[in-house]
Amino acid sequence: MTTRPRPAAYGDNAASAPQDGTPDRTGAATAPGEPAAPGSVETAAVGVRTDRERRARPAGLRPLWLLGSVLAVLVAVVAGLAFGPVTLPPGSVAAEVLNLFPGVHIHSGLTDREVAIVTELRLPRVVLGLLVGAMLAVAGAAYQGVFRNPLADPHLLGVAAGAGLGVTAVVATRTTTGDATSNLPIGVPLAAFVGAVTAVALTWLLGAAGGRNRTPATLILAGVAVSAFLSAVQTYLMQRHVDSLREVYSWLLGRLATAGWHDVLLVLPYAAVTCAIVLAHRRELDVLTVGDEEATSLGLHPQRSRYLLLVAASLGTAAAVSVSGLIGFVGIIVPHTLRLLAGASYRSILPLSLLYGGAFLAFTDLAARTIAGPAEIPIGVVTAFLGAPFFVIVLRSSRSVSP
Amino acid sequence: MTVAVTVRGLSVRLGGSVVVDGVDLDVADGEWVTVIGPNGAGKSTALRAIGGLLPFGGRVELHGTAVDRLPRRRRAMTVATVAQTPVVPPGMHVLDYVLLGRTPYIRALGRESESDLATVDDVLRELDLEAFAGRRLDTLSGGERQRVFLARALAQGARILLLDEPTSALDIGHQQEVLELVDRLRAERGLTVLTTMHDLSTAGEYADRMVLLSGGRVAAAGPPREVLTEELLAAHYRVTVRIIEGGHGPLVVPVRTENVPP
Repeated sequence: MTTRPRPAAYGDNAASAPQDGTPDRTGAATAPGEPAAPGSVETAAVGVRTDRERRARPAGLRPLWLLGSVLAVLVAVVAGLAFGPVTLPPGSVAAEVLNLFPGVHIHSGLTDREVAIVTELRLPRVVLGLLVGAMLAVAGAAYQGVFRNPLADPHLLGVAAGAGLGVTAVVATRTTTGDATSNLPIGVPLAAFVGAVTAVALTWLLGAAGGRNRTPATLILAGVAVSAFLSAVQTYLMQRHVDSLREVYSWLLGRLATAGWHDVLLVLPYAAVTCAIVLAHRRELDVLTVGDEEATSLGLHPQRSRYLLLVAASLGTAAAVSVSGLIGFVGIIVPHTLRLLAGASYRSILPLSLLYGGAFLAFTDLAARTIAGPAEIPIGVVTAFLGAPFFVIVLRSSRSVSP
Repeated sequence: MTVAVTVRGLSVRLGGSVVVDGVDLDVADGEWVTVIGPNGAGKSTALRAIGGLLPFGGRVELHGTAVDRLPRRRRAMTVATVAQTPVVPPGMHVLDYVLLGRTPYIRALGRESESDLATVDDVLRELDLEAFAGRRLDTLSGGERQRVFLARALAQGARILLLDEPTSALDIGHQQEVLELVDRLRAERGLTVLTTMHDLSTAGEYADRMVLLSGGRVAAAGPPREVLTEELLAAHYRVTVRIIEGGHGPLVVPVRTENVPP
């Protein structure tokens, strides 16, 4: 019985509260009229005290969480560079990464060939993984805030179906006399991007069809309709061009395999703009959780913010998808885990999603290319393997959370 | 006495039908006015329009400025609205919820200042909510939540308070507690209170003046004694009542009759 008996009654200032709770005081804590259950009094007191310690500051990004996420990114980078068909010592790899910065010269002990593996083969892939993961996680968190649904997905408005159709169209209709390599045609990222953006635009237009105002509900319904239609067209195309199935599938399942600096440069501007817009709205997303009318009465323009966020998140997702293919679940797993562990405020969810999302996908890619030996498992398959059990956990834990 | 709220010819259409139809209303600075009326009379809609939350026809002025001409932030610093059943965000702590009231004062990309936090601390202290600051809002009881909703509105620093059915979810003890609290704050902070209520006796005990809305129009307005009459209530609520003289105003007691009046 060393717990402070009635912490709720005392101020934050520890000095004003007696540190040496005695059994007598605990007895006194059982207020008149309250049934005295010896065990429960203490449990309740402990619960309240933890809450009060947490309340010292308003919700927001906690430095320890930020530090942890930065460390996760660093570990993911070094691990992603060190492991693969050729395993290199992580310390030397870290030294080589530092050598990339101007003015740094550390002797890493790696041969020229090993340095090339690190900086030319693996580094672009790891960086692309970081970018795509960060993008998908931030977009997912933004969608969840906009739709006020913790399970909203960055593909909700038709991004996936649109990109899928774009890629299928390019792969299926290209001249068969072209390159016979297993690499996808050059136009694939562009086709995926155009398809994704077109799909979102269609969803957007349909969401206001019938002269009604766009609401989250009409947008989601429109997204379902657009996705269904585009998927049907895609299936038809694939049916007509069976010879291209393998290539289309390799894209649909997601891959970071062909990553070069070219892909990184393609995504980078979109990722930067999207992340800037979304992160700038982190406080507004917190206010939006009380509903549009209250947000309006608090001086915000919820409708406008919501649309800006949707457009930004969709563009970012389209850019990510165009180089990586369809990698599912990242936009749900990462933000939702952070919501459960680090608190429900978007001021913490968004920046942490950015960093942990990148680290998560870099690690997943490492798993995808090392688990099955020299062969690679499509990264989308790995995230789906992780996603399915994750949903079971969410289902079990969210029963008490949702109103 | 200066006028805090001026409403002239207020009309609101919702889904094609006229819900509020030409309402005139004045609330003096520091006054408590309660809008009563049967279900569907347009009470909540009128209140939301006055708070600038709905498009409307007619004129609504807050401290002399048209509410639809006020920039959003300015408006949020002028008038604070507590909805009938505010959304309780899952997992949000009381401190963070009350801090939402400072939203109009926090610039884009900015964060809450020391003075915002000090304001919130003051409000929490004044409403005896300090011990709840670190609790999750969704774990509080109805009466505690209602105090937190009020605290959020007070943190806005607005001098006009619009309360939609502030006691509908509360037992009579907590109803009285909340209304006494509002009355005390009105006196101490010089607030103007415009509220809707269903409980007529309680409404009459706290309001300086009452407005009876029926079918979107003002059927009667004046001190409780003039509005809470057997004839008016019979005509608009289709109920037989007895009016008993209470300490702070007329008390309305519904009585059962064989034939419900037409």
